[in-house]
Amino acid sequence: MADPFLLAAAGEVGGDFFKERNSGTLPCQASESHLFCFDWAKENIDRYGTPAQQHLEIVLLSVLIGFVVAFALALIAHRTRWLQPPLLAATGVLYTIPSIAFFFLLLPLTGFGRDTAIIVLSAYTLQIIYRNTMLGLDNVPESVKDAARGMGLTNRQILWKVELPLATPEIIAGLRVATASTIAITTLVVLISAGGLGTEMYGSNFNFPTAILIAVAIIALMVLAFDLLLLTAQRLLTPWRKAGPR
Amino acid sequence: MRTDQTRLRVLLAALAALALTLGVAACGSSGDSTTSGSTEGGEAGAIQSNPENGKVSLTIGSKNFPEQEILGEIYAQALAAAGYKVKSALNLGSETVALKAVKTEQISGYPEYASTALTSFFGLEPEEVPSDATEAWEKANEEFEKEGLQAFEPTPFASANAVGTTKKTAEKYGLKTVSDLEGVSEELSLYGSPECRQRIDCLAGLEKLYGLKFKSFTPVDIGLRYTVLEKGQADLSILFTTDPQLSAESDKFVILEDDKEVFPAGNVIFVTTKKVAEEAGPDFEKTILQVQEGLDLKVVQELDARVELEKETPKAAARAYLESAGYVG
Amino acid sequence: MNPPVFASFTGAVEFIFAPQKSNVTGGKKVGGFDKTMELLIGHLEVTVLALALALLIGLPLGLYLGHEGKGELIAVGVGNVGRAIPELAVIALVAGLVGIGMRNVAPALALLGIAPILVNACVGVRQVDPATVDAARGIGMTELAIIGKVELPLAIPTVMGGIRGAAIVIIATATIAPLAGVETLGDFILNRNVYGENGLLAGAILVALLAMTIEGSLALLQRRLTSDGLKVKTA
Repeated sequence: MADPFLLAAAGEVGGDFFKERNSGTLPCQASESHLFCFDWAKENIDRYGTPAQQHLEIVLLSVLIGFVVAFALALIAHRTRWLQPPLLAATGVLYTIPSIAFFFLLLPLTGFGRDTAIIVLSAYTLQIIYRNTMLGLDNVPESVKDAARGMGLTNRQILWKVELPLATPEIIAGLRVATASTIAITTLVVLISAGGLGTEMYGSNFNFPTAILIAVAIIALMVLAFDLLLLTAQRLLTPWRKAGPR
Repeated sequence: MRTDQTRLRVLLAALAALALTLGVAACGSSGDSTTSGSTEGGEAGAIQSNPENGKVSLTIGSKNFPEQEILGEIYAQALAAAGYKVKSALNLGSETVALKAVKTEQISGYPEYASTALTSFFGLEPEEVPSDATEAWEKANEEFEKEGLQAFEPTPFASANAVGTTKKTAEKYGLKTVSDLEGVSEELSLYGSPECRQRIDCLAGLEKLYGLKFKSFTPVDIGLRYTVLEKGQADLSILFTTDPQLSAESDKFVILEDDKEVFPAGNVIFVTTKKVAEEAGPDFEKTILQVQEGLDLKVVQELDARVELEKETPKAAARAYLESAGYVG
Repeated sequence: MNPPVFASFTGAVEFIFAPQKSNVTGGKKVGGFDKTMELLIGHLEVTVLALALALLIGLPLGLYLGHEGKGELIAVGVGNVGRAIPELAVIALVAGLVGIGMRNVAPALALLGIAPILVNACVGVRQVDPATVDAARGIGMTELAIIGKVELPLAIPTVMGGIRGAAIVIIATATIAPLAGVETLGDFILNRNVYGENGLLAGAILVALLAMTIEGSLALLQRRLTSDGLKVKTA
């Protein structure tokens, strides 16, 4: 009796398309219990290129946007004292919302894809960058500002030539934390179809530790790279400080 | 002032470093958007590139498991070969997400199973799903058209959920069909996708139509459906009839026959909107139907095997299929 | 017969309290108060368990390291690494390599929470004025007493900050725990077919509310525990 579901297949696939497989000859990645398949890793490392690139793009855009917004907010709040508590609270609330919830809350409004991802990720960087910028600016000793005023600098000049340079270490510290956590959270954007390294941890790779571990390693490298980059920037921007922990 | 100059230099250096990092990443990338390419005429099955299609941009979506991603890639690459500008949006999520994406014009279309369309979208009970592929498609299309959507004709192969277990367990309890689980199921644990618990074409259906009660139900990602059997955590697991493990590891796993038809089988039908189909021209439907002609059960199992067992990318597997069947040069 | 394609806030609230129709359940309704409570309790269970484990390991270790003045560099390193661990990877690795269910997921989540608690405990204690510690030693307090009665109270703001951070990351990761056999509020979010758009929105709102409530409670706790002398300094 003909299977009603099997309509006649008109296209013919070449015979060499099919491979013989049985339990005994399955490659490392096909068997269920393994930790790391080196052969597969060697052969497939290039497929991480596109996800890594997508990941980087999303992270850079999010941190950039978050930084610009948070920095601006901090500058405003620095001058307008009464804005500080509400702004701190607002950015804090955004940070508390778990990322997955946030992504799916925005979904009806902005659809799936990169834009929603960037909006959410930028929002997460706000709290830490805002708070650190405020902290840095607040920690500038009054005496220094007085001296600057004494030298005849306007408030604006004091901000840009005295306060911000002195606040740089705190700001960069905030950027480091924000970047590290953004890189981590970006793995989740695969759930809203925005690509990134999360694609290698999901789907057919969910039970495949090799692929997941490679993706995690790449993420660790990214975090390290950005951390070093930011530390170097800090060292270059604040030549008057000695290197070392505060 | 010197500090201004230094700072500018530092900023430029940092930007340069970032650009370098991006460049390195770009070097490794294989580029994701498929661009139009022309194929040589000659091979009878080859897809012809039509420059007219270059004006049309399409986004092909898929649901979030490997077989779906492969199908999405096959269609996307085929349409690109036909000259369309194609982007892929695979891994959208489950069927309601995908359908919504089509309705809101975020994607041009995606492959759906006729059975899923009938039960999830149009409220049919699993037993009511027609067992004939053409009938099922026609019924689904009828309903789709009411909403301004359209479904193209079905693929040769069909896929269905199934209750699976290890050969050992099957032999121990003498299990060949799902009905054989009567009286035994209270001792057995069932693992399935998180939504399986309440779906009438999954656990809810097993409880209702077969009258079975299981010792426990544990939700796991479908990627783990064989892992839990192998590790002995699950006595029973919800599998797919097109799974490569069923042929590659047939000495380990078996599926139980669904005698009461709780799990309807579905051929794949490409769902799109009438508007998109019109705007994209006749090559849209023609290419899709042409390229899916070669997808019989054996081929799909091979494709699934490459992605799920050998961990190839769906893109590579799709490409291999298209080349081997002569659709693209 | 189709559940709504778009969710509304009122629809989500309705979903939380009263069962709604669903297309795929063959007529049975989904959601509602009982289910919400069930999943909420599941979420809380795994969160509390993981947080407790993280505290058990991270707090004493962090306090000790800070007290001894050793390994601050390592602690900060651990903190940076911990911040960068992707949650999806943790769930996937635990499910694939170790196992499924509360027994395996809770420790995995605890791992994520140890980093912030450890780092903040260490840094917080390090920032205590050494003169104060010396004075305490001078009046004959034991090392343990110093940690408990002097350093910890003074470090409360920082330590609690770490605990709050851990709580947030644990609650967030628990949302995808249904992929590894632990049913939490993430069920509403992950199963759009069953719960529909309203369920999805309801799930997201519930998770956000849960996180804010716990964070807020911990913030209140922090205020309670912070001695009055410190309150003048902290913002």
